[in-house]
Formats: sequence, C-alpha cells, structure tokens
Amino acid sequence: MTAVEDRPAREANPAATATDRPIGFGRIQRKEDPRFVRGKGNYLDDIVLPGMLHGAILRSPMAHGRIISIDTTEALAHPKVHAVVTGKDLEALNLAWAPTLSADVQAVLATDKVRFQGQEVAFVVAEDRYAARDALELIDVEYEQLAPMIDARKALDPGAPVVRDEMAGRTDNHVFDWEAGDAAETDAVFARADVVVTQEVVYPRVHPAPMETCGAVADYDAVDGKLTLYETTQAPHAHRTLFAIVAGIPEHKIRVVSPDIGGGFGNKVGIYPGYILAVVGSIVTGKPVKWVEDRSENLMSTSFARDYIMTGEIAATREGKILAVRTTVLADHGAFNATAQPTKYPAGFFHIFTGSYDLQAAHCKVTGVYTNKAPGGVAYACSFRVTEAVYLIERMVDVLADELAMDPAELRLRNFIRPEQFPYPNKTGWEYDSGDYEPTMRLAMEMAGYDELRREQAEKRARGELMGIGISFFTETVGAGPRKHMDIVGLGMADGAEVRVHPTGKAVVRLSVQSQGQGHETTFAQIVAEELGIPPEDIDVVHGDTDNTPFGLGTYGSRSTPVSGGAVALAARKVREKAKLIAAAMLEARPEDLEWEKGRWFVTGDPSQGRTMPEISMAAHGTVELPEGVDGNLDAEVTYDPPNLTFPFGAYICVVDVDPGTGYVHVRRFIAVDDCGTRINPMIIEGQVHGGLADGVGMALMELIDFDEDGNCLGGSFMDYLIPTAMEVPDWETGHTVTPSPHHPIGAKGIGESATVGSPPAVVNAVIDALEPYGVRHMDMPCTPARVWAAMQGRATPPV
Amino acid sequence: MQITATVNGTEVTRDVEPRVLLVHHLREELGLTGTHWGCDTSNCGTCVVLLDGQPVKSCTVLAAMVDGHEVTTVEGLADGATLDPVQQGFMAEHGLQCGFCTPGMMLTARALLDRTPHPDEQQIREAISGQICRCTGYATIVRSIQWAADHPAVRTEPTGAQA
Repeated sequence: MTAVEDRPAREANPAATATDRPIGFGRIQRKEDPRFVRGKGNYLDDIVLPGMLHGAILRSPMAHGRIISIDTTEALAHPKVHAVVTGKDLEALNLAWAPTLSADVQAVLATDKVRFQGQEVAFVVAEDRYAARDALELIDVEYEQLAPMIDARKALDPGAPVVRDEMAGRTDNHVFDWEAGDAAETDAVFARADVVVTQEVVYPRVHPAPMETCGAVADYDAVDGKLTLYETTQAPHAHRTLFAIVAGIPEHKIRVVSPDIGGGFGNKVGIYPGYILAVVGSIVTGKPVKWVEDRSENLMSTSFARDYIMTGEIAATREGKILAVRTTVLADHGAFNATAQPTKYPAGFFHIFTGSYDLQAAHCKVTGVYTNKAPGGVAYACSFRVTEAVYLIERMVDVLADELAMDPAELRLRNFIRPEQFPYPNKTGWEYDSGDYEPTMRLAMEMAGYDELRREQAEKRARGELMGIGISFFTETVGAGPRKHMDIVGLGMADGAEVRVHPTGKAVVRLSVQSQGQGHETTFAQIVAEELGIPPEDIDVVHGDTDNTPFGLGTYGSRSTPVSGGAVALAARKVREKAKLIAAAMLEARPEDLEWEKGRWFVTGDPSQGRTMPEISMAAHGTVELPEGVDGNLDAEVTYDPPNLTFPFGAYICVVDVDPGTGYVHVRRFIAVDDCGTRINPMIIEGQVHGGLADGVGMALMELIDFDEDGNCLGGSFMDYLIPTAMEVPDWETGHTVTPSPHHPIGAKGIGESATVGSPPAVVNAVIDALEPYGVRHMDMPCTPARVWAAMQGRATPPV
Repeated sequence: MQITATVNGTEVTRDVEPRVLLVHHLREELGLTGTHWGCDTSNCGTCVVLLDGQPVKSCTVLAAMVDGHEVTTVEGLADGATLDPVQQGFMAEHGLQCGFCTPGMMLTARALLDRTPHPDEQQIREAISGQICRCTGYATIVRSIQWAADHPAVRTEPTGAQA
C-alpha cells in the first residue's frame, strides 16, 4: 500500500506528444476533450433529423386528482400540431401503463387519476418546440381534486388517502418490507451493551439535476419496422430490451443510440414516459419526433434520490468499542415504485450501513410506502443507496462520540475492520474484498493538520466563534453483479467488451457501458494500452450504440471500471495470448518460449528476436501461415461477470465556520483521501472525486426537493433547487492510498460515486460540531442558514 | 422580423419570430449547437455567449435584441486550428467532464481574461459564479482559467470577439 497526497499537475502540457505520455495507466489528457472545447459535442438536443417534429408533455398541476375529462379539440386545430395523444389513446394500444424497473407499473399518460404534481397527462406533437408548447395551453383537462398523501410518516395510517387504488384490492400505501442481518442476535447484543444511542436521521429528497435534461428522438421506419431511438440513457442495452418488452417491437428492430450525455448521476437510468411518448409520436405521425424536457419537468418528474427517514441505534462499550447497529427506515417511493436497482434488493445496498467497522451484530428493516410524489429513488451517484447507509452510520458514530465525550477520529480508529480481517464478511451478508483503513484515515488527518485544527477550534470557541470539524470514513460497495445475485428486471448485471486490433496495429474497443462525462474514451483506451502496449491515441472507444457494441447493463452504481473495465482487460489479454501464438509462428519458436514486454513478444533469452503488436496484427490479417485453431484476425470478446463487488473506501475531513449571527455555513476546507484500488488515470480520478465532493456540499447545505401540504413541489426550478456554484465550495485537498481489489483483473475498484456517498456526513458532522456550544447533537440536511439558525435556538426540525 | 447580427465574425441576416430566444436562434436557425440550454430561469449559465464581448445568458436574450450587435459563441473561440488558451487550459487542467457547461464557462473565462489578464482565484470564482457545473466541483475550472492566464502567448484573437 502506498499513501500519497495529490497535487495539481499545473505543468501539464497540452502539446505533449505521444512519446511524452504513458502507454497505459497514468495522467494523460482526455481523448474526448478536443470536440467538447470546440462546441462539437453531439448531445441529444443537437440531433436534427429530416422532417423531425417536436413533442411536449402536458402535466398535472396537482398532486392527486381524478381526471373527469380531457378535451384536445382546440389543440388539434392548431395549424402546426400533428398529433395529440392522451391516456385513452394509449389504452387502445395497451401502452397506458408501462412496467417499472421494480416490478411495479407506471402510468405513461394518466388515465384514471393523476398521482403527483408534474405527472404526464397528454402529449402534443407539433412542427416546432414553440408550437408544441403553445398547444399544451389549448388542452382542457377537468379534474376532481383529491386529498393528497404527502407525509410519508402518515402513509400507513388507517384512513390515509390511497395512492394506488387502481390496483385490485389495495387499501393502503404499503410497498414492501425488507430486512437484512439477524434481529434476535442484534437485540441480544444491544441488551447487554453499556451504552446505546438512538437518533432519527433524515436523508431528504434531492435530485441529480444533470446540466442536460432528459430527452429522446424517436425515428420509426414503418416500412422495415425499425425503431432508431436516440436517448439520454446511461444503459442503452437494457433500454433496448425493455423497449422490446414494453412496446412489443422485436428487439432486433430496435437500435438505441446514446449520444454525448451532459451528465447523468443516475438520472438517466430509468425509462421515462417521455421516451415512450416520443416513440408513440413517431409511430403515429410517421416522422421522427424529438422530446426534450425542460428543467422543471426534470426536477419534478424524473428520478429523485434518497427520501429515507432512518432511526438509527448504536450499541457500544463505555470505552468506545462499537458492538452493533440497527435501524428502521421509512422509504418514500413516490406514486410508483420505479427505483432502478437489482431485483433482490428493494432497498438497494442499504444494508452496507455497518460501514467500515468490525461489529458483532447488525440488523436493518426498511419499509417502502407510496405517496403523491414523483417516482424514483435510486439516483444521484448513490451506488444503490450506499449514500443513505454511509450517512446513517457516519452520523451515528458522531452521535456516539458525543455521548462518550470521545474524539470522533479516535472512535473511528478504534473500531475499524483490521487489514488482516479481509476479505471481511459483515453481519448483513457482504464480503468486503480488501481494505486497510487506518493509513487512509491517518493520511487525511495529517493533511488536515487535525490536532492543530482542534486547537484552533478550542481557541475560537473561547472567543465565541463557531468552527466545526467533521469526519466521514466510508466504505462503498460497487460494481454489481455478480449476475447470479444481481439483475435488473431479469437481466444479469454483467458487461461485454470487444477488442479488435486492425492490420496496422491500431485498435478499437467496443463497450456496453456509456459515459456521461466520466471519460470512458480515455480510461478504457488506457486499459487496452496497458494490456497490449498500443498507445491510447491509437485506440478508438465505441459506446452508446446498441447496433455496434456488445450487450451489457450500463453505467451507474460506479460499475463501469469494476465491470466493463474487467471485460476490457480480459478481452485485451485474450488478444495478447492470440498474438503470442501468431508471434511464435512468425519467429518459428514455441509459444511457451516467448515473453511479453509491453507491446511486443520476444524469445526468452534473446530479446532481439521479437515481434511488435503492429507486426503481429499485420501477420494475423496477412499471409503468414497461422497455427492450427487460430483464425485470421486479432480480435476478442468477453462478457465479464464479476465474482464479487468491489469496496472502495475513503477518509474525508471537512472544516466549516458558522456565522453565529445568521447561521450561514462557510466550507473553509475539505480534505479527501480516497482508495479506489489500482488507479488508471489520476487526473480523471481526481475529477470524479471533486465533482462528488461538490454534490456532498450541495446536499448537506442547500439541495432539497420538498413539498407543501397540498403536494406542490417546492424545488421545481433552479431558483428553488439550489446547487453549489464556485462560491460555495473550497479548493479541494485530495490524497489517495492504493489497496487493489484482489478479485478484479486490474485491481481497480471504481471511483465515480465515492465522494458523493462519503462527503455529506463530513459536512453535516462539521456543522453539528460547530454548533456544540449550543448543545446541538443532531440536525438534518440541508443545513441552510434558516435551519442552522433554528437548530441554534433549540428548534431543529427534519425537512420532511 | 428581420435581424442582422455579426456572429463569430460573419454577418448573418435572418427572419425571426419576435419571441424567439437567442439560444434557440443560435442552435436551431444558425446550427451553432455548441451553445447549450440547461434551465428556464437564467440560473445555470450553460447558454452563455458573448454579446459585444460581454457574457450574457442567451436564454434571457431575445434574438431580436442582437440586431446590429456582435455575438461570439464557442464555435468562434478558436482561430482556425489554433485553440484559444482558455480551450487549451480546460484540456490541460481537466476543466470539463460531460462538457455541457463548458462552452459557457470558457466564454465567461475569455471575457474575464480580456478584462483582467491575471485574475486571482477569488476573481475567477466570482466571474463564473452565475454558472453551474455538476461534474467538476469547480476547482479544475479555476485551474484551467489560471492556466490560460499563465499562457497568454498562445493566444490568438478569436474571431468576432471584442477586446
């Protein structure tokens, strides 16, 4: 294991030539950047097809209401309108309801009732986007307003309004109960513990809000029955299969193209009604139809994140040895259970809430409920709800530290799983692959100057100033499958990759996953480069087109490097082994007598006798007599089924100053030490961490999708849903340790979501630490000035 | 109505609906899709272009308002094959990930450096504070703009921009 503090590479030279760059892992500039800095990216809304029409969706103005009538006469009479589609029209096509990713159904267009503000009611197709919007105002919908079910805490009360009364026999809002761990064993440990602390911890509803909203361009060719669907999707192959199932179009007649994606963060995993409506619009009009949602539609109707009301308990000894944790969770799933997660896990991977600590017992129980709010729940770089789990345990450890009057860093250090305990089976069924937590924590403390910060804090407190230091130590679980345990609507969570080396030694690698900004075109070229010695700039990365890439489940849950990275490395190794056989034939040597150095096979003991990859690839496609069983190419394809998940981890320390007069929180410093195993491109890793840290500051301090008692969404625009700008975040201080995954082909663990998962508790713990003079033991996110002020006055309330 | 504007150094005349926003005019009528759209409320800044050298949010400007004025979009930032130092800086310092906010960020940076060739970190942060990036956490954007300030020699005057 090595421990390093990262420093920005100011000396990076954009004019660097191939010879300056590493062939393989290391810091190189991104291959995708030249088009983006020229404004030549190709995002969904940039796509224009001949004769293309534009769609717009009429949405419900209320949270809960019965549809009495819909009159589309005037809209249809608009000279630029080509079609108006309602739920009744879809019923005739058996398309009014579509299956969700969680074995529920969701209304594509409402037929009987509207169940959340912003729900899809009608779809207009017109000649341009302005006319489509004009026509929405010409549709007359009469509603009977119904009492809304908004407060999840009351969802299971007798007599509560029933959100899903269209389901036969349903008289309540209960979606599921799910538990993990051993309840009896956990209760027994709690019963004999010296100390038990209990705290309700709310992770409020937030939204991924990528800068590019969701959209689709559907192009249905009625002659050959082929649908080409351009979509903002993180999972093009899964979408193709689901569209085949939903729309009844044979799968070989569907091509899903995911162009450049302007940020995803889980927002672009689900299949939204708008995508289906674009397809319907194209079938109905016989022309390509583009639908792009506006920002309010994005925030009010597409996949939200979190919305977990958690009651946590920790049992410990008086000396600070944590013995057990247990929690009950009320999960608000909105009007339809449309969370995108592996089938067996209705609460995602929340049961990693045991964190980074060696425990004797653990138990969690999660209850999901319906409310009159938008569906979703698994998004915003959450690693299938590891965000909620890490927030709970890291907040609870601080509550325990407060109870025991112990330093929160010291309490964590005393309870870490020790390096010799890996692979570590936790008490809820996970096997952590590798870890060495203490050096990571110590590096973060050293970079922060932890002891000096505590001294400074004491001095400031004596002067009445509010300074807080918050710590979070997280363990992620990412890279789902294995496929025998994990599937999305029956599709096993594996990913394919295909590597082809062309005759001249240049290569193409085709992926099933899809970048939303993570830099796949660079990272995956570097993996091939590392394995085959072909420079990254000589390797084309193809993704985001189901007609041209192998099948796989896509990019979310930090799974691209853990799963597709494994597939690419193994496919490249198959190519390398094939190259060895061909090189042996060329050298008239036995394959077992050859040795590999990056980019070249040579005869052991005689390095001058060798063949480079371009020589071998030309021979593979040329006239050299190939060994028996070797066909004339240098290609390989692998579908990688990971044997286990990977468990990245990290130590985060946040320093805040709180204005005692206003409650405003200033994030002064943020120190992040991450361990994602083998590091492919340090520059990209650092960028992934930075972005997640800003997410964490945003959620901890300002981001919130909340509702009034009538169910009106109060976070439905960027004037209300606040996202950090450059003024609210500090210059990040990053470092890293390297503990490779023992089971991954290149030892990489994934980094995409670590910082989003790990940073919110560090910020909130810092705010609460700052408020210690006011006797505040807990307050819920977001720590806005008004809410911090209320906490200082002894009136801390949950946001929901 | 008919408008004539200088867009990236070229005079263009078009008939536009009076209500059409500049962002839609640029993207859909002139085919300059490097300018993006991200919100309805003038908060996100993905649509920033330079109007007579000053950054403006093109979702809050009517196309009709640029009649007789100069507009620079990301497509006008490079001088042929020579990238503006800002563009080079964003590549050198990993100032972009998904690339969606990038054109607006770069144009704001260009206007800042034209006004203040050697900005400090706080000045850079203030300059881009009307724009949102969801990917980078801003530190690398700040470094990218610092890189451009440190490498003015590779600057060539972008066509259509006013100093």
